[in-house]
Amino acid sequence: MILDSKIPDGPLAEKWTKHKFNLKLVNPANKRKYNIIVVGTGLAGASAAASLAELGYNVQAFCFQDSPRRAHSIAAQGGINAAKNYPNDGDSVYRLFYDTVKGGDYRAREGNVHRLAEVSVNIIDQCVAQGVPFAREYGGLLDNRSFGGSQVSRTFYARGQTGQQLLLGAYSALSRQIHAGKVKMHTREEMLDLVMIDGQAKGIVTRNLETGAIDTHAAHAVLLCTGGYGNVFFLSTNAQGSNVTAAWRAHKHGALFANPCFTQIHPTCIPVSGDHQSKLTLMSESLRNDGRVWVPKAKGDKRKASEIPEDERDYFLERKYPSFGNLVPRDVASRNAKEQCDLGKGVGTSGLAVYLDFAESISRLGEDTVRARYGNLFDMYAQITGENPYKEPMRIYPAVHYTMGGLWVDYNLMTTIPGLYALGEANFSDHGANRLGASALMQGLADGYFVVPYTVGDYLATIGPKAIDAKHPAFAEAKAKVEAQTKKLLAIKGTKTVAEYHRELGHIMWEYCGMARNDAGLRKAQVLIQELRADFWKNVNVTGTNEELNQQLERAGRVADFLELGELMVVDALNRSESCGGHFREESQTEEGEALRNDNDFCYVAAWEYTGDNQPEVLHKEVLKFESVKLTQRSYK
Amino acid sequence: MSWFTQTIFSTSVGRKVIMALTGLFLCTFLAVHLAGNFQLLHNDGGKAFNLYTVFMTSNPLIKTISYVNFAFILGHVVWGAYITYKNRQARPTGYAYNDPGKTSSFSSRWMGVLGTMILIFLIIHLKDFKMAYLGITHKLDLVTYTLDNGDQVEVKNMYDEVIEEFHEPVVVGIYVLSMIALGFHLYHGFQSAFQTLGLRHPKYTPVIKSAGFIFWGLIPLGFAIIPLIIFFCRN
Amino acid sequence: MSGHMNLTLKVWRQKDAKAAGKLETYEAKDVSPDMSFLEMIDVVNESLIKKGVEPIAFDHDCREGICGACSMYINGHAHGPKQGITTCQLHMRSFKDGETITIEPWRAKAFPIIKDLVVDRSAFDRIIQAGGYVSVNTGVTIDANAIAIPKEHADNAMDAATCIGCGACVAACKNASATLFLSAKVSQLALLPQGHPERAARVEAMIDQMELEGFGNCTNTEACSAECPKEIGQEHIARMNREFYAAKLSSSKTK
Repeated sequence: MILDSKIPDGPLAEKWTKHKFNLKLVNPANKRKYNIIVVGTGLAGASAAASLAELGYNVQAFCFQDSPRRAHSIAAQGGINAAKNYPNDGDSVYRLFYDTVKGGDYRAREGNVHRLAEVSVNIIDQCVAQGVPFAREYGGLLDNRSFGGSQVSRTFYARGQTGQQLLLGAYSALSRQIHAGKVKMHTREEMLDLVMIDGQAKGIVTRNLETGAIDTHAAHAVLLCTGGYGNVFFLSTNAQGSNVTAAWRAHKHGALFANPCFTQIHPTCIPVSGDHQSKLTLMSESLRNDGRVWVPKAKGDKRKASEIPEDERDYFLERKYPSFGNLVPRDVASRNAKEQCDLGKGVGTSGLAVYLDFAESISRLGEDTVRARYGNLFDMYAQITGENPYKEPMRIYPAVHYTMGGLWVDYNLMTTIPGLYALGEANFSDHGANRLGASALMQGLADGYFVVPYTVGDYLATIGPKAIDAKHPAFAEAKAKVEAQTKKLLAIKGTKTVAEYHRELGHIMWEYCGMARNDAGLRKAQVLIQELRADFWKNVNVTGTNEELNQQLERAGRVADFLELGELMVVDALNRSESCGGHFREESQTEEGEALRNDNDFCYVAAWEYTGDNQPEVLHKEVLKFESVKLTQRSYK
Repeated sequence: MSWFTQTIFSTSVGRKVIMALTGLFLCTFLAVHLAGNFQLLHNDGGKAFNLYTVFMTSNPLIKTISYVNFAFILGHVVWGAYITYKNRQARPTGYAYNDPGKTSSFSSRWMGVLGTMILIFLIIHLKDFKMAYLGITHKLDLVTYTLDNGDQVEVKNMYDEVIEEFHEPVVVGIYVLSMIALGFHLYHGFQSAFQTLGLRHPKYTPVIKSAGFIFWGLIPLGFAIIPLIIFFCRN
Repeated sequence: MSGHMNLTLKVWRQKDAKAAGKLETYEAKDVSPDMSFLEMIDVVNESLIKKGVEPIAFDHDCREGICGACSMYINGHAHGPKQGITTCQLHMRSFKDGETITIEPWRAKAFPIIKDLVVDRSAFDRIIQAGGYVSVNTGVTIDANAIAIPKEHADNAMDAATCIGCGACVAACKNASATLFLSAKVSQLALLPQGHPERAARVEAMIDQMELEGFGNCTNTEACSAECPKEIGQEHIARMNREFYAAKLSSSKTK
């Protein structure tokens, strides 16, 4: 298989404009003859569904939550980047493009990233027009802040709830189209399979989570906007329901899965407090602007933070990276915290945490200033831990936050299955091996508002508006397959709960395929996952029946898919023996212990093809060509 | 139905505005009524009070307002009952365990009950005084006064009727208890009416809430203190 | 770190929308004070599964207080006795060892129970669909800074926009009224110039929809704001009322 990214020729800055002109159009009168399915209603899904409906297509949108407004995009805190250059500090489309490619450690496509930077400015215009209450200055104009180590202030924000406000903006646009009858919204309905006819995506199979009814839906194109798969680690900052099922089942029909091992681990999360823990809570990394990260110099020092004298503390980030100090990028900060804990210097009861200390800032700026800057974060920390961060240092630990990998898509966001698209975090395309802060919201909305409404038309114009035959045997077959799997899960009646399997998988992934990975560990993990998966299908206990709201059954299906995806992530990490971005292979580091890329051997997208149950997946490479940007080694010394 | 009747019948904010406007009108009525009642405290054998009752029952403007007043009382009661009925329908099954005391005031939650108490009082009150004055329950004695301009007038001696009633412990008890209910009703009702009308502002709402004390505190106190003074201090 | 606790839970169990439900009693043993309330239920559920009892169904997703999915009425309060948080942000250290905790679903005609503690809040979506948006198509926009908006207005709009649509306001209201939810959206869009062209039609349509859904009337008890995890204030209700009167008196809609 040759992976054609379909990046248009010509100068970088003209590619998207030229491409838009070359895309085929669907006649306005014909648009209503096309049906489009959108799975997921986060930033990408809601914006795509609304925009396509506005154009005149008939859209069916699906979400597993009780309302489209609950998609996990809502939890993004920090902000959204856009190359508006309102602060007049030297930003430009090209600089945002450049920062994103570099931040992604040169494992993203130039063409896609430049387009993302181009449309970023339209996103802000669109959201303001929808009534998104972005932060403003006293003059009434939009406020910007710097974010994620960027040299310019290009981040738009709405308090610490930017994701919420952007999602509610997209949700409102979606609601308007539901009211207009152009979108049929299906809530509490989960996609469990893709329907293929003649090698093209023509529909989906869903389970109604309230009644258990398994239904099929036909369409001319299917858009997966189903988010990331961080929950493969059991503990992550993702929502409980976030899952890979839709993408994974599409993968099993032939959609290649790209760079699955690229996982972003966020350094400033609240540490795990016990085995009961169900999720990890992120705190904005802006905390590192004023907090100092340290551990005791001595191993196993169990004294309280206040009892450890200054000269017995190791401010390890300031020591190792004198110029960036506590503000090194996410992956560097995360890895160093893990390293200190692995050395036995971790703090707290679990020993899996480092201090983030505001004492110096409080004495320098006063408690009121610190409260004004971080009050809500301090409150959140106090609420979760029961400790007062104004009096004792916070304890933080890295947590899985975002997955850069996802379904392989071309420049049109189409997967390797014709008619099947992947948008937002569900695709792999824009962030390379590491995502910059405030870029996830940008990408989700760019894909949904400004990319797919153009590109999907090109495909639809090609296939023509002939109605899809809902009686085609492919629908019945796909439905029967889903019913069989559901029956199978319910029939096992084993002794271990779904959550136990999920937790075990998470331990394996975190231990061997987390912040640092090595050959031996990955090989071991692969065997462990295979064993766990085999055991799952023999011994899982899924209570209840199909014909009811059954949260155990929902989760069992998702964990079953994570058990397969987990292995692929390990395989991908094993294959990529270089370090890049969030992927750190211990075998590939500089003398100072920094990630060392290997551009000669790994400057490609690793796209994996499913070949059958328990069969090794086949690697396809899309070689990355850099025409505008020169590849360099990152250094934060 | 016109947009107007539709608004006040079938939208929740519309229904509420009827409650707010009638309620506020009734608040002003209470103030006027109390001012009249204070005539009872003149030590003049009832002259001021009896002349006041004549004025209140014969002046055409006052008579018109009193009809409006009855209409508003009726409106307030009917709409209140209808809203309460709708509200009950909105939660067919209640909570097994509820603890609303921490998040809302007693008054605000018991408006319907307090209002019903006031309505019952109103019926008793009208029977005791209004119907007596109109001569329906019994005939009042007549009394003759000389006015400032020298004219002589013969009027019904309402004053004696009131003094007599307010020597009945049961009447005084009902009266005082009802005024307590009125106080609680207005504690919520007065400022709530402004909120319903959308009259909320960081500068003026505190003023409204303070002024509310006149209505939920002073006016019911004024009403309640008169029968007590009469009961204990007048023979 | 304080010691572990043992608790007695009384949980509303109801097989489906039609079945009669009742409170069942369960023991929650060895509960860590660091657990969130939902994690405590997770642990109870795991033990129920091991005993062959069907686990308690409840809505939840982000577990960081922003998605609005979790929805339990705990010891007589929406999202439990602490203010300004959702159930997922409520930690067990807020309870005492040996305590009995009653857990019920939101109760409102407009929020029918689906199962156990799971209720159907789609009425909220339909209220937003009736008009809780600015009718602007993708792409047809002017520059984001073309209209200056006073910071105070933008901040007030944000105060309203922070609503997570959890339904605690309805659950806490003695009349099961959705007024605070509705007013948050009306107020947000009334404060921003982008919302102005449609403000009359919006407030009328949304209030009509609230009526159709079977929510009760606002009695200004203010319990909604007290129980709101985002502490959305009463001023938004007042603003919505003003919008409503202005719309009714001035709009040309006569029916």
